[in-house]
Amino acid sequence: MNDLQFRDPRQARSMAATLVRLVSETGRKVAVMHVCGSHEQAIAKYGLRSLFPKTLEVIMGPGCPVCVTDLPEVDEGVLIAAQGARIATFGDMLKVPGSVKSLADAQASGAKIDIVYSPRQAVEIARSTTEEVVLFATGFETTAVATAAVILDNPPPNFSVLSAHKYIPPVMEIVAEMPETRIEGFLAAGHAAAITGSAIFEPFVARHKVPVVIAGFEPNDIMAGLVELVELIRAGTPRVVNMFPRCVTRDGNLRAQEQLWRVFRPIGGRWRGIAHVPNGNLRLRDEFAHVDARRRFPIDLTSLWDYAPPALAGQCICGDIMSGIRNPNDCRLFNRECVPESPVGACMVSNEGTCKIWHLYGGVPDLEASA
Amino acid sequence: MTAILLPFTSGRVTLKQGGGGRAMRTLIEKLFVRDFAAMSFDGLDVGIDAMDDGAAIRIGDDWLVITTDSHVIHPIVFPGGDIGRLSICGTVNDLAMMGATRVLGLTCSVILEEGFPLDSLEAVQRSMIAACREANAPVVTGDTKVMGRGEIDGLVINTCGIGLTRTLVRDNGLRTGDRIIVTGNIAEHGLAVMAARHGIEFEGDLVSDVAPMNGMIDSILSDAALADAVTAMKDPTRGGVASALHEMAAKSDVGIVLQERSLPMTDAVRSVGELLGIDPLHVANEGKALLGVRADAVDQILAGLREHPLGRNAAVIGTCGAERRGSIILDTGFGRRLLAEPDGEPLPRIC
Repeated sequence: MNDLQFRDPRQARSMAATLVRLVSETGRKVAVMHVCGSHEQAIAKYGLRSLFPKTLEVIMGPGCPVCVTDLPEVDEGVLIAAQGARIATFGDMLKVPGSVKSLADAQASGAKIDIVYSPRQAVEIARSTTEEVVLFATGFETTAVATAAVILDNPPPNFSVLSAHKYIPPVMEIVAEMPETRIEGFLAAGHAAAITGSAIFEPFVARHKVPVVIAGFEPNDIMAGLVELVELIRAGTPRVVNMFPRCVTRDGNLRAQEQLWRVFRPIGGRWRGIAHVPNGNLRLRDEFAHVDARRRFPIDLTSLWDYAPPALAGQCICGDIMSGIRNPNDCRLFNRECVPESPVGACMVSNEGTCKIWHLYGGVPDLEASA
Repeated sequence: MTAILLPFTSGRVTLKQGGGGRAMRTLIEKLFVRDFAAMSFDGLDVGIDAMDDGAAIRIGDDWLVITTDSHVIHPIVFPGGDIGRLSICGTVNDLAMMGATRVLGLTCSVILEEGFPLDSLEAVQRSMIAACREANAPVVTGDTKVMGRGEIDGLVINTCGIGLTRTLVRDNGLRTGDRIIVTGNIAEHGLAVMAARHGIEFEGDLVSDVAPMNGMIDSILSDAALADAVTAMKDPTRGGVASALHEMAAKSDVGIVLQERSLPMTDAVRSVGELLGIDPLHVANEGKALLGVRADAVDQILAGLREHPLGRNAAVIGTCGAERRGSIILDTGFGRRLLAEPDGEPLPRIC
């Protein structure tokens, strides 16, 4: 098999050796955070944790959009489905528990749910029917751009959007300001930065004095990103470094940014399990009220409140896990009451969730690399 | 008793419980196996509680092997085959995986939806006949039912097979030191069906591997020395190689170290899997077998398999050991990690 340079195991091993040297030169244990499910997936998929030095902790932060979708947002989708509208959403959303029901529960009792792979597919469904079709839109700025594009492209009148889109930069501020935080640097997601540009992280670095390195998603992209990040930590020179220049520029994709902010406005809101995040939620601007499902359908969340929330939910520590304070093995539900077949928290639902990824790859990633 | 309720939290059966993974196994174990297993009898050497590919009943010096399989697939015609070919091959292969490469007879039970086009039915029947000839396996009895429009989705075919063998091969006989062979390129059936279902077009061929393997398996088992060296067999259908290996490892109480870079697959499968975010190890095959073989016979068996047209790309992909018994350790070439046991098909209803 021919290896792309991004997938050459020999290069990966050589960078792993550099990581060992750099971390030992700091004379302490180092913790860094990435904020992207795709980074965690690549780390897990290629078994990279078995290459990392034991003194380097690579923590997944709030990088799973499905996981941070708040209970009331799921409830809104369930209530709209109960009114007979077809809900189009991404597969991961199906099993995320709401206060009472998940969309999968709603589907089992008759609600019409379509799994789509892109916002455009939801528009196609709307064009093929006279029924109301509601895109339950989740995802960070990367996906929000795709939602904005279809909203600007004259969707049919029976199409609307329930936006649960979230915006990453504000939540990094929250994590950096948490008093318990041990995070000395951030690995930023290359695809998000391709839209926002690398410059968006400059004020953050100036405020918090921690480096941000933008990295791609191939195994050696991640290894190279970590080497750069640990080098910046060792040298005590916090700045933004773009290690994904084949996709990311300083200014980003200006046309996408223009579409994003024409359609959405950032407002404060809860991220599930984490905190109220100022400017962390993306909602439709007033001029797009006609495609805003929140204005098209009556939504009375109190109608769900007759039911008690699931008892186990109180013990779920998804929030602490996504904040990087604890890991799944610190949770007494992990791999016991909380498994993918019957998830308690959203981190066990989504393929981007830390608990699901750790569950799939065996819990403690403590396997030694082979010689 | 809480465990029995776990998969039933919505109170209804979900598609995942037919996906070939853990959810399905839990459903079967909790609901069907326990009480039926209590009805065992003398001579039933492999019963329902073994959850093997079929049952084996001792008759004199031979074992009578019985297996049954219901086939639903959408679309019913896909690149490389159709539901007719699948319904014959699936059952012939389940028999072959237990060593019963000579098929005494098959049953064929067809349930049709009112309005199903007769020309499609004839095409299905023709491909069943062709597959029967390939496998040298006659259909000896059958049944037909028609249900009202909307009461069933098009066409369901159940086949049952019986065969005789003197070499009974189980899925639980792996030992430390055994090598794992896969008989060819993986993940072709599942991805071909998914592409056909969603109308996804790719450059390059994505064709189902659906084929009867009894001839290929017989070429190994008919040599007594080689047959002795085969410690376990299983066909990696729903849930793919990952699911089948987990089952074999757990039942045999060994750990398996799998070399990801040794897995045979076409470039088309590799890139489509990556594009869709689907691990080829989790995707169904319908013409591939996993064999556990003694280390000292691995070269001979590999050479034997490669002589057969269906086994040309056979490869050694792993080794059984004592580390992490019941688990599969995947060596990615970068590092090592545990391989997930799929808990539901990445897509509903592949076969």
